[in-house]
Amino acid sequence: MLLAIDTSTGTSVAVVDRDRASGELRCLAEASTDDTMRHAEVIGGFIRDALATAGIDRRALSGVAAGMGPGPFTGLRVGIAAAHAFALGIDRPFVPVVSHDAIALTRYTAGDAGPLQVVTDARRREFAVSDYDGLDADGMPLRVGGPVLVPRDEVPAARGIRFDASIVSAGAIGMLAELAFAAGRLPLTSDAPIYLRAPDVTPSAGKKVLR
Amino acid sequence: MNRDAPLILGIETSCDETGVGIVRGTTLLANTIASSMEEHARYGGVVPEVAARAHLEALGPTIRTALAEASVSLDDIDAVAVTSGPGLAGALMVGVGAAKALALSLDVPIYAVNHLVGHVGADLLDTAAPLETPTVALLVSGGHTSLLLVRDLVSDVELLGETIDDAAGEAFDKVARLLGLPYPGGPEIDRAAIGGDPRAIRFPRGLTQSKDQAAHRYDFSFSGLKTAVARWVEQRQAAGEPVPLADVAASFREAVADVLVSKAVAACTELGVPRLLLGGGVVANARLRELATERADAAGIALRIPPLSLCTDNGAMIAALGAQLVMAGHPPSTLDFGADSTLPATEIQVAANAA
Ligand SMILES: [Zn+2]
Repeated sequence: MLLAIDTSTGTSVAVVDRDRASGELRCLAEASTDDTMRHAEVIGGFIRDALATAGIDRRALSGVAAGMGPGPFTGLRVGIAAAHAFALGIDRPFVPVVSHDAIALTRYTAGDAGPLQVVTDARRREFAVSDYDGLDADGMPLRVGGPVLVPRDEVPAARGIRFDASIVSAGAIGMLAELAFAAGRLPLTSDAPIYLRAPDVTPSAGKKVLR
Repeated sequence: MNRDAPLILGIETSCDETGVGIVRGTTLLANTIASSMEEHARYGGVVPEVAARAHLEALGPTIRTALAEASVSLDDIDAVAVTSGPGLAGALMVGVGAAKALALSLDVPIYAVNHLVGHVGADLLDTAAPLETPTVALLVSGGHTSLLLVRDLVSDVELLGETIDDAAGEAFDKVARLLGLPYPGGPEIDRAAIGGDPRAIRFPRGLTQSKDQAAHRYDFSFSGLKTAVARWVEQRQAAGEPVPLADVAASFREAVADVLVSKAVAACTELGVPRLLLGGGVVANARLRELATERADAAGIALRIPPLSLCTDNGAMIAALGAQLVMAGHPPSTLDFGADSTLPATEIQVAANAA
């Protein structure tokens, strides 16, 4: 059983479980918002609520999965920091997942098939784009390109379906982590955030605290 | 929870230091700091995105190191305290996200606190002579320059004044840059000032003229000083004369220290508060400490300067303030607070639970 967190778009927190006997994946609880401005405010309440709804003790978790992006930096970091800290607190592994992969999993389990292009807003008139070619033998999306940053009007034509996502389901993040664990494929990705962009290097103008 | 001597883990990420501190009541157990200062050096100032990225990388290892240093386990922690503001928003959010999740993972309360008041709280950890109130506090760093009147650390803090433009530490960085010295500017100016005459050039003291006394009695301004140094150096160069670096550095530093100490001592005298506390990274400046000691002595004011590791931004001061809130019986914060980059000094704790 995993706690899963993604703040690469809005904020999403879920508790997922995989039945050992049947292999069936279940999302026991999920709290999400597509608000891209309030990650730090909502993250705590969402974790508390997801655990309460799932009705499980935090010590029953076997790990914490996190969407590593791509996504706008400031919000993305909130979820990764929270997942790291929660994993540290319960002394369980931190499991990084590519956020776009979770979007693809959501689409494929909803019935899409074949080539799929996942697109999310990267701000500054750019999109983050990944390409998939169906599910592999372990039931995980087969990423064949990306994630990369592309100017908004230069996204290459999709070979199949193009899907513009405004929320990444933490439930899907958790399911990918469960699938990867069952298939012995961890780690799925490095635990470095997927920023896809170097930082702006203008020094702070200094904090102006106004009365 | 142990309310007499609670074990508090404090997280501070408001600027470029990732600080994790652990205190038991007023006893300091660990004060672990990871700084991204070197990464900012080539840009001449703190780059917010670089700082925020560094916090995310450093936070987990810093928490582990602090626990080891304190010889406690996470299961022993009574509550988590975290800086909610003021500071750089993106940097603060890393600490806020982590602190909320850590508190939930341990099933302990969280206290969201004010960074500036935390600087005052640092002085509680000096067990030889605990902080007494009321006290005036002068908090000076690259991010803030504030003068506070602290009547009670957990319930009554008044902002007397603050900078209306650059922070004092920022002025050091900017003047260092225009003198061709590297970042951070404070220690570089100190070095360059050796042998210089602090009275060689009379640089302006911002907001000290009588016309400013009504509206800005305890406020500071350093951007005019920076411009004055730039102009003085330019004029020298234009005239083909050498720039006496030591005199410029010493005179600039004197102007900063003079105005900081004058206003702080004036506040003590005028408000009848015989105590002055210094905090913030600029306290590392030897001349500031010297001048403060001199003038506080002359005015009969008890001056307190915590050790430098507790003056620069750190997690121990946040833990110390959190412990005070617990010991005073204040309820924890709700989980709904965010990062508040302009949090006023009067808000000691954020989102306190009504219960
Ligand atoms: Zn500070």
